[in-house]
Amino acid sequence: MANDKNSVRPGSMQVDVEPMLKMNEPYAPSASDFELASKEEKASVVKINKSTTFWQDAWRRLKKNRVAMVALGVIIVLILFAFIGPKFIPYTYSQQIRGAENLFPMKYSEIELASKAAGEKVFPHFFGTDSLGRDLLVRVMYGTRVSMAIGVVASMIVLIIGALYGSIAGYLGGMADNIMMRIVDIIYSVPDVLVVLLLQVVLNEPLKELFSTSKLPIMKQLSILGPGLISIFITFGLLYWVGMARIIRGQVLTLKQQEYVTAARALGASGSRIIKKHLLPNCIGQLIVTTCLQIPSAIFLESFLSFLGVGVSAPLASLGSLASEGLGGIYTYTFRLIIPAIVLSVMILSLNLFGDGLRDALDPRLKK
Amino acid sequence: MIKYCAKRLVVAAATVLLIATITFLLMNAVPGSPFLSERGQSPQVIAKLEAKYGMDKPLIIQLKNYLVSFAQGDMGVSIKMQKNREVSGIIAEKFPVSVRVGVIALIWAVIVGIPLGCLAAYNRGKWIDSLLRIVTTAGVAVPGFVIATVLLVIFGVVLKVLPTTGLDSWKNYIMPCFSLGFYPMCYTAKLTRSSMLDAINQDYIRTARAKGLSTSKIIFKHALRNSLIPVVTYIGPLTAYVITGGFVVETVFSIPGLGKYFVQSIMNKDYPIIMGTTIFLSILLVFMMFVVDIVYKLIDPRIQLGKGGE
Repeated sequence: MANDKNSVRPGSMQVDVEPMLKMNEPYAPSASDFELASKEEKASVVKINKSTTFWQDAWRRLKKNRVAMVALGVIIVLILFAFIGPKFIPYTYSQQIRGAENLFPMKYSEIELASKAAGEKVFPHFFGTDSLGRDLLVRVMYGTRVSMAIGVVASMIVLIIGALYGSIAGYLGGMADNIMMRIVDIIYSVPDVLVVLLLQVVLNEPLKELFSTSKLPIMKQLSILGPGLISIFITFGLLYWVGMARIIRGQVLTLKQQEYVTAARALGASGSRIIKKHLLPNCIGQLIVTTCLQIPSAIFLESFLSFLGVGVSAPLASLGSLASEGLGGIYTYTFRLIIPAIVLSVMILSLNLFGDGLRDALDPRLKK
Repeated sequence: MIKYCAKRLVVAAATVLLIATITFLLMNAVPGSPFLSERGQSPQVIAKLEAKYGMDKPLIIQLKNYLVSFAQGDMGVSIKMQKNREVSGIIAEKFPVSVRVGVIALIWAVIVGIPLGCLAAYNRGKWIDSLLRIVTTAGVAVPGFVIATVLLVIFGVVLKVLPTTGLDSWKNYIMPCFSLGFYPMCYTAKLTRSSMLDAINQDYIRTARAKGLSTSKIIFKHALRNSLIPVVTYIGPLTAYVITGGFVVETVFSIPGLGKYFVQSIMNKDYPIIMGTTIFLSILLVFMMFVVDIVYKLIDPRIQLGKGGE
């Protein structure tokens, strides 16, 4: 059979074994096999893989995660929507268009219809308007921007306080660590939302007074944000860093046993230098992932507070306060509640999914 | 065990004391007297009122007085919402309503969440697992008020099959309890799935399978029991969620519970009510956490408590 060239008949399901049988034949070296290898041949054998950095490696893993990539795409779209979007719309978030109150999506007011009939171009209200005649699309864009900004700033606060506290506790160890972590335990068991609500109520008045009396230029800047926002940041600074501190402490506890830390200490590096240059950079994965997952939870909390009416103050709008405004007219103007609610949910969902993907990419050991 | 309980009790007591102190100090930091807002009151009347409520004494004495009277069940009286009514009386009236809604929500969340988690873990990688993962991931990400309001729109406004306000018949409970329990349900399902997957890969499950036990017996008798431990630890935080989520749900559905009342008292700046409710709910939550920790220890003798910052 082996010699039969046509062993596999056309249309047959038999496997073509001819090439495999050839491998069994004894190898007969020829003269060319003994020649010296040329430079090209050598180069083809020696193969140096391009070294991949930690970030390239993580990015490669992240790219493979389809869910995380879709989430990243959604986040980018939302960022464009929030930060570039308002540039294309001729209305502002606090502008009250006369005669255009309570419009349904894609409807025009009588004044606008008249000018439209006269041949002028009128920008449509894609999401309709609210009871004061403000264009809802622009307000949702600004609300998304405010919600995102709150998430990022609050997470930064958590990052700074938590990372410092956690790394110091972990590095010092012993009694100091014990006391510091007991404080964390107590803050951790404080019912956060209750205290946040309380702080919102209480801080409002003093902050307003501070803004109106203080002459510092930075206070002017802060007063634009309003007391509601500032007190959200304060509560994050007070309560929400404990999770980050626990994670970083745990990481530092193991890292400080490493040889390079001993080496740094032997060279006379101070504690703060070791934390800054050696320990924290090696926690970068945890730092990024925890911060990233903190953003949606901050947005979540802000929307909760704004929905209850204690968060962002008018005329600034966040998605939560927009939804809260929408609740008033829910029976007729349902879209006013649904639109911000959907944007908010999509944003939180995609940030969560992206954060999960990032965690898997930066630390594959954690993957379930 | 007793040592551990005592230790936990000390932390719990410290937490409650801390919260009470913070609440008190914060409330005192608010500028102006609570009596100022009423018109036509001379400074003398205000001074008299302040003396009546002990507000002319040093802060530390006021704090001590407040804590002592709080421990005796006296949380002061409402100054705006329902004038001169005892805060403890208001809480006693409103809280049972919130408890009813919250407990129903928690029960359905656990009863539905655990089997769903088992189902997902057992059918790992199949379409039902993917579907459940999408639902639970979305459920954890969507804020409670979105679910509540969407339900309200669909069933109350468009279909008009369920009542939207009040708490008169059993029908009124459906939407609030569903929306309040949705997040805990999704969380429970997620948690059960992952701990179930951990359990399924253990050796004792392989042994049970090798003995020829039926799948249902393996899942319910061997795997589930061990995978329920993380779920139990989560009941504490879930209670916290149900309480705070209750603020939103009760406001959306106009349920006359403590949550809605608390939100209203925040709007009206009725400080004794805010203070009393905050401390009351905090004690409840800290107590729940304490109980959960003890139960955790009881149901799983493998756990060595007291080590690390558990």
